Amino acid sequence: MDIATHVFSALYQFGDAFAFLVLSACGLAVIFGMMGVINLAHGEFIMCGAYVTAATVHAGLPLPLGILTGTLVSALVGVVVELAVIRHLYERPLDTIVATWGLSLIATQGTLIMVGSTMAGVGTPFGSFQVGDYSYSIYRIVLFCAAIGVLAALYALFNWTRFGVLARATIQVPHMAAALGVDTRLIYSLTFACGAGLAGLAGGLYAPTMTLVPTMGATFIMEAFVTVVIGGADVFLGTAPAGAVLAVVKSVMTSWQGQLFGQIGLLVAVIIVVRVLPKGISGFVLRERT
Amino acid sequence: MTGLLAMFRRLEGPQTVGRGPAFWALFALVLAAALAYPLFSDGYTVGNTVYFFVWVFIALSLCLIWGYGGSLSFGQTAFFGIAGYGYGVLTINFGSAYGFTLLALVIAVAIAALFAVLLGYFMFFGRIAGVFLGIVTLAVTLMLERFMAQTAGPEWRIGAARLNGFNGMSAMPPLTIPWPGEPIVLFADIGLYYLVLGLLVLVYLALRILMNSSFGNVIVAIRENPERAEMLGYDIRKYQLITFVIGAALAGLSGVLYTVWGQYITPSSMGMTAAALPLIWVAVGGRSDLTSTVIGTLVVLAAFQALTIYGSQYALVFMGVLLVLTVLIAPNGLVLGAMNWLGRIAARFTQRAG
Repeated sequence: MDIATHVFSALYQFGDAFAFLVLSACGLAVIFGMMGVINLAHGEFIMCGAYVTAATVHAGLPLPLGILTGTLVSALVGVVVELAVIRHLYERPLDTIVATWGLSLIATQGTLIMVGSTMAGVGTPFGSFQVGDYSYSIYRIVLFCAAIGVLAALYALFNWTRFGVLARATIQVPHMAAALGVDTRLIYSLTFACGAGLAGLAGGLYAPTMTLVPTMGATFIMEAFVTVVIGGADVFLGTAPAGAVLAVVKSVMTSWQGQLFGQIGLLVAVIIVVRVLPKGISGFVLRERT
Repeated sequence: MTGLLAMFRRLEGPQTVGRGPAFWALFALVLAAALAYPLFSDGYTVGNTVYFFVWVFIALSLCLIWGYGGSLSFGQTAFFGIAGYGYGVLTINFGSAYGFTLLALVIAVAIAALFAVLLGYFMFFGRIAGVFLGIVTLAVTLMLERFMAQTAGPEWRIGAARLNGFNGMSAMPPLTIPWPGEPIVLFADIGLYYLVLGLLVLVYLALRILMNSSFGNVIVAIRENPERAEMLGYDIRKYQLITFVIGAALAGLSGVLYTVWGQYITPSSMGMTAAALPLIWVAVGGRSDLTSTVIGTLVVLAAFQALTIYGSQYALVFMGVLLVLTVLIAPNGLVLGAMNWLGRIAARFTQRAG
C-alpha cells in the first residue's frame, strides 16, 4: 500500500459520504430554505422514490428511466401533500413539523400494509474496479457525480430561470412579491414539489444500493437533518459546504471506528455547531458579507 | 405555614384550566373512583391501566416543554430510554435488597435529567429554537436507538447487565419496598397501581402549582414572545433549560416505570414510532393544558389499544390521520376544545341561575 492508494481510498470515502449527505439533504434544504418548513415526511418521499424506481425496473424499464419515474412520482405526491396539508399551515411552522410527522407515520405504515415488509431490490449496476488491495464500486462514483450534478442543476434553476427569480423574490419578501403579481401560492407548491422530487431522486439513486423496507427513510433523515441544521437556509452557501465538512467528519470517524461512530461524529458535530453558529454556515457566510 | 398555604393557592390560576369547588369536587370524585377501581376489577385489567398511567408522565413532560414552553422536543423518548436502561443496569447489577430499586429509580431519573442538562445547554445557550430544536432532539433520539440496537454482542455489558442489542434488556427486578418481615414486591398489578397513581396525582398537582407560580408565568411569556420576555429582564435560556430538564426527568420517570411494569426495555422504545406517539396524545388532548393532556393521553391510548385489537396494522395509520386532522382542524386539541366549551356552558348556566 503506497501513499497514492491511501489517498484514493480516503477520497473515495469522502466522495461517498458527501454524495449521501448532499443527495439526502438537498430536497429538505430546498423546502426549508424556501418556506422555513421542515418536512418530517422527507424520509418517506425518499422511500417513495426508491419503491417506484424498483417497481419500474422490475416492470422492465432501464434504471435511469426508473429513477426518473421515481422522481416524478415523488414530486406529484409532493404537490398533493402541499395542496392537502402544508398549504394550510404556513403560518405555523411547528405545526407543519407535527403534521408532516403524522404523514410520515401514515406513509410508513401504509406502505407496510400495501406492499409488505420488504420489496425485491435492484442490483447495483456497473460492477467494481481495483485500486491497490481494495475494490471499489463504480456506482458510488456515479452517485458522487449525481450529487455534483444536482447542486449544479439547482444553481442553474434558481439563478438562470424565471421560476428561480420568482422563487427568490418570494423567499425575500413574500408580500412584496405577491403585490408585484407573483402567484406565491403556486411558487410554494412548485418548490415543495421540487423538494419532494429531489427526495425521490435520492431514493431512486440509492435504491440499487440498499434493502427496500418501509422504514428505509429513517436511514436518510438523520443525515439530512444534520446537514440542513449545519448548513442553514441556503442550499449553495449552506448545504454544499456543510455536506463537505460533515463528509470529512463522517468518513474519518467511519474508517477509524466504524459506521456507527461515523454517525455519532455527525451528531456531536451538529450539537457543537449549533452552539457556535446558531444560524448555520450560510447564516455565518451571509453575515460576513454584509 | 403561610408559604404552604400560598403554594396551595397556586393550584388554580391563569395557566391551568379548571377552578372553583365544582372542578375540585369532580377531581375528588375521579380520584375516589380511581382509588376504588382495583376493588372491582381483575389483576390483568389493573395492570393494563398501570400501563396507561405510565405513559401519562411522558405526555405531561411534552405538555410542559411544548405546550407551555413552546419548544417542540422530539427527544422525550430518548430520556425515556436512558432512564429505562439506567434502571435496568443498576438493578441487575445491585439487586433489589434494602429498597435499592427505589434508589435506582431516583438515580435513573437523575441520569436522564443530567443528560438533558448537557444537551439543553448546547441547544438553548446556542439559542436555537423552533424548528431546529425539534430536529436536533429527534436526531439525538434516533442516534440513541441506533446505538442501542447494535449492542447485541457480549462485549456490550455494564457489570452484570448485558445490553442485548435489538432484543433489549429484560428480567430486571420489579420495584421493592423494604418492609419489616417481608419486603413488598410491586408486580404489575394492584401494588404498582397505587404507587403509580399516587405519583401521577403528585406530579399533576405539583405541575399545576409550578405553572401557576411566577416561574410558570415566565415560561408562558417566553412561549408567547421570547424577545419581550428577554427585554423584561429574564434570562430566557435559563428558564428554557430548567423546563427542559424538568421535562426530561418526567420522561425519565415514565421510562423507569415502563421498565418496572414490563420488566424489559428495548431500543425501539426510542424509535420514530415511539417518539411520535406521545406527540399524538398531547396534540390531540390539547398541549397547552395539563388536565386536557392527561385526559387526552388516556383516551387516545385506550382507543389505540382497542384499534390494535381489531385491526392491528391500521391502528398506526389511524393515529397518523388523527394527528394530521387535529393539526389542521383543531390545533389547540380536541379535549381542550371540549373542556373550554363545557366551561362556557357551565358559566352561562351559573350566570342565569345567579
